[in-house]
Amino acid sequence: MLSLDIIAMQAPVIFQVSWLLIAVPLLVAAVLLLVGDHANGVAPLLGVAGVAIPLGLAVTLLVTMLNLGEQSRAVTVSLYEWMSFVGGGVSFALLIDQLSILFVLLITGVGTLIFIYSCGYMADDPGRRRFFALMNLFIAAMLVLVLADSYLLLFVGWEGVGLASYLLIGFWQHKVSASLAAKKAFMVNKVGDLGLFAAIALMFTQFGSSDFHAVNARMDSSGSVVPVIMGFTLLLAALAKSAQVPLHTWLLDAMEGPTPVSALIHAATMVTAGIYLIVRSHAIFALAPSASLTVTIVGAVTIFVGAWIGATKDDIKKVLAASTMSQLGYLMVAAGLGPVGAAFAIFHLLAHGVFKANLFLGAGSVMHATGGETDMRVFGRLRRVLPWTCLAFFCGYLAIIGFPLTSGFYSKDHIIAAAFEQSMVTGVALAVGAALTALYMTRLWLLTFFGASRWDEDVKPHESSSIMVFPLVILGLASLGGGVALNAWIQGWLQPAIGNDVIAAPLIELTWQSEVAFGAVTLGVLTGWLLYRRPLAVQPSATTNPLVRAGANELGLNQAIDALIVRPGWALTSAVGAVETHVIEAGIDGIGSCATRASQQLHRMQGGNVRSYAGVVVIGTVIVVAALVIGIWL
Amino acid sequence: MSQDLLYLAPIISVFAGALLGLLVEALAPRVYRFEAQTCLSGATLVVALIFAIRTFLSSNSRKTAVLGSVTVDGPTLGIWMLLLGFAIGAVVLMAERRAHGQTSAFTAQAATTPGSPDERAFLAARNEHTEVFVLLMFAVGGMLVFPAACDFLTAFVSLEVLSLPLYLLAGLARRNRAISQEAALKYFLLGALSSAIFIYGVALIYGSTGSFDYAQIADSLGQLKTSDKTIYAGLGLVIVGLLFKMGVAPFHVWVPDVYAGSPTAVSAFMAVCTKLAAVGATIRILFVPLGGLRWSWMLPLACIAVLSMLVGAIFGLTQRNLKRLLGYSSIAHAGFILMAIAMATTGVVGTQVGEFGSVGVSLFYMLAYGLATLGAFAITLLVRSSGGTEASEIYVWTGFGRRNPWYGIAMVVFMLSLAGMPLTAGFIAKLYVFALAWFNGYAWLAIAGLTLSLLTAAMYLKVIRLLFLSGGAAPSGSDNDQPTPTTSQASKPLNALIALCVMGTVFFGLLPSQFGNIAAAASVLLR
Repeated sequence: MLSLDIIAMQAPVIFQVSWLLIAVPLLVAAVLLLVGDHANGVAPLLGVAGVAIPLGLAVTLLVTMLNLGEQSRAVTVSLYEWMSFVGGGVSFALLIDQLSILFVLLITGVGTLIFIYSCGYMADDPGRRRFFALMNLFIAAMLVLVLADSYLLLFVGWEGVGLASYLLIGFWQHKVSASLAAKKAFMVNKVGDLGLFAAIALMFTQFGSSDFHAVNARMDSSGSVVPVIMGFTLLLAALAKSAQVPLHTWLLDAMEGPTPVSALIHAATMVTAGIYLIVRSHAIFALAPSASLTVTIVGAVTIFVGAWIGATKDDIKKVLAASTMSQLGYLMVAAGLGPVGAAFAIFHLLAHGVFKANLFLGAGSVMHATGGETDMRVFGRLRRVLPWTCLAFFCGYLAIIGFPLTSGFYSKDHIIAAAFEQSMVTGVALAVGAALTALYMTRLWLLTFFGASRWDEDVKPHESSSIMVFPLVILGLASLGGGVALNAWIQGWLQPAIGNDVIAAPLIELTWQSEVAFGAVTLGVLTGWLLYRRPLAVQPSATTNPLVRAGANELGLNQAIDALIVRPGWALTSAVGAVETHVIEAGIDGIGSCATRASQQLHRMQGGNVRSYAGVVVIGTVIVVAALVIGIWL
Repeated sequence: MSQDLLYLAPIISVFAGALLGLLVEALAPRVYRFEAQTCLSGATLVVALIFAIRTFLSSNSRKTAVLGSVTVDGPTLGIWMLLLGFAIGAVVLMAERRAHGQTSAFTAQAATTPGSPDERAFLAARNEHTEVFVLLMFAVGGMLVFPAACDFLTAFVSLEVLSLPLYLLAGLARRNRAISQEAALKYFLLGALSSAIFIYGVALIYGSTGSFDYAQIADSLGQLKTSDKTIYAGLGLVIVGLLFKMGVAPFHVWVPDVYAGSPTAVSAFMAVCTKLAAVGATIRILFVPLGGLRWSWMLPLACIAVLSMLVGAIFGLTQRNLKRLLGYSSIAHAGFILMAIAMATTGVVGTQVGEFGSVGVSLFYMLAYGLATLGAFAITLLVRSSGGTEASEIYVWTGFGRRNPWYGIAMVVFMLSLAGMPLTAGFIAKLYVFALAWFNGYAWLAIAGLTLSLLTAAMYLKVIRLLFLSGGAAPSGSDNDQPTPTTSQASKPLNALIALCVMGTVFFGLLPSQFGNIAAAASVLLR
């Protein structure tokens, strides 16, 4: 924790302007929203600038940090103090350390590529300006979230990304399904927000502050109950944001938004905020083993549930969304493992951010080519018409299944190995998850790009424009090579910030865990190939396989939540409404109408009016004087 | 002696300005009079404000002036600065002619009967009463002396000096004159009653202690026999007199009627400046001469504070007239301020939340409340029904924010501040009050205040909801032929005032510590 004590004065000047990271996209969003239709022409350019400038700044910051000693890399940049009160205060500052800078680079790096892609993808959309404005708003909020040095400021960003996500899921407002999905995402996330809010309130009552530094420092002396409560409330927040069972239901519906939104917000960045929160709160979870264990269990369950759903959906974006859930489960497990897994959680988070963005943009390119179609049953043989997309998608595919030497291989294998070290059950669950991942991705891959073409006669698929292909290629290359680049370096880099263990991580290592993992992947790919290598019927009939039907139905979890929470909630609301109408409103109306009648009465006889007023004053006076005079007899 | 004059300079300049205004009234030609009076009163108040700020900044030694009848200390100067600042705002409101179709909001000729041919003749001649500015200046002069007075006679005289012009001003509306005159009469009759109660209390206190002087009363309290109950009766009567001017329930009965009937500028002036002067005087009278009895008055005042918040919240909830609603709002806020006063902590420990004394908290509360209330009244001034009269019926405001986004946003800021939402000054003010109660062992009071502040929020949120609803027609059942209400164009000073109120509300919400230090410096009462 020493490193956090470095005051900004001694740090290089570049840290002093780090607030620009947030200010630039925020300004762009404000300009695009306020200027109105005059800005339509410059919207894409301004939008890309809003995220590319922070990217440049972030790279400069990283280089600066690399040149500094390990102890002076974490810098707190004070912004301002809102208020101080007895035993604490509320002040806002940015924390730039080894963890946050990686997130900033992910957000702005992947963000820039997705923004460039959006220039092509959204070129014909009439709401382009609003799209770029909201995307910039999201970038600003997300950067607030990861740069905050206190839970309170993090909460500001947390709510900001929730708002931006809501607005962007419902971007195509004319679609009823989109606005319903937006509402669902917002409401489910509110449950998590309550958890975070409760945790922050507890921090203020316990420590008088919500600064990471202060909370971590005072955590040890907080007894045994407080960390557990905090752990579980923070976990609740993370569950909703990172779409973990049972608060995952919004993520599949969120695919109603434009595909770049799904890629940026619902795959690469926002949904990882929950994992960020848990890794950032490592000091709390270290003291709350039960909460950590729950994190691991929830993660393992989600891996399985997500993979199952992913293997049965026919909508390409929903498969990818389910896959995101499942991969976030890996991150959860790793974060829940504590010091042995924390660094790998971040590693896989970065790798996943890149390859999942790549896969989503690839899916977007496919949709773009087929006129917005998302049903994989009517794709097929697209490798012929979309060669670049297919190639880039293949890189992402290799990375996500964990093919040796790709980024997913390094990041995921570490997590599986760490899980096996923790307990056999977790390890086996993760290995099964890896097999399922390989299965559903192979299915998606074969259904989309291979086999006979099943699209309608009038659909004329075509390769996307180069402005869309360029980001795909970059992301594809990063999916392949990123793992090699980060593998040896990341643990040591993160160690001062999150206190993880550092173990040896050679590029090629043959342990039994890695062999198990590789075996699982091979099994999954082979199963997928065997099942889907045959050309699919043009319109396959509805399946009777109960496993598949359960998966396609999202395991009935939507209905379960509906029955357990939503419907009782409605009943409660209408009960409250009835109480309000018949009791409270009637009462208030009664008071109001009495007052109205009384005032009408009084207006008619003006003399009586003042007399009664004077009467009230005199009675009040008598009571006050009596109270004071009687008071001394007591 | 010259030093004394410097201390008294704000009072002297305000009264001098008022007298000069009388001369202008007598000598200047009618066409120039309105502008001349506006400039004169504005300039006088600015000069007085500068004097007050200079004295506040120049020395830490506060002192008693004019043969010991006026104390110029931290709280006095704090209240003076706020008072003069808000009075300048009130002058801007009074001087607004553009929004009223190029005439002032005051009656053409007060002596004519409403609706008579005489009145129509004066209206046709576009006659204007420019004496209103002189009346305002005399009232401000009284308000400056009232919280600074350090004997009961000066206090009583200044109370009358500030009240009499207000009774007149309340009755001078140009439109709805009958209601305005009714308001003035009610205000006068009830004000006379409260003055009588106050002076009776003073007499009883004199009877027990043999002095009008605050310091001497404080000294002689210790020598009183415990069986002497006269002093407590006097205390009670004096408190009632003060709470009447503050507009605290149950002595609030005049507030809604008078605020609704008076010209809007005068309502704003009363809601902010009169209340501020009364708060200052209450603090001094309760803390300096009667501070020794605080164990007797703390609990009753706390109960009255709760009652006032409750009355303001409940009655405000069903109000359909915006000026009445602001009246009930001022009753509720008077309760919050009284809560701070009832805590009776004079000293300042530090500048953090929870370390402020009653004086600093009350000052900050008045600042937050004053900015929002003044701004809200200023916007009320702009909404017109078809006939050109001010339309303060609340349904007229439906969709106002959609038609006038800037005014709409400003109104939202004021309402949120009055409701106590975070990031506005109103939130910080309430936080200070609750923290003060909490740390002084009145947890139940803090919780009651918190609960009631939720209740009061309902009335402000109702206004916000109306502002951004579509449409603007009358509610079903009433006259549907009524044309859509209009928003009149405001003059530049009025727009500037609204903008300043918004900026102040947000500024002190974001950076409360900026005022905290000043409030701390202004917290030490001189005996």
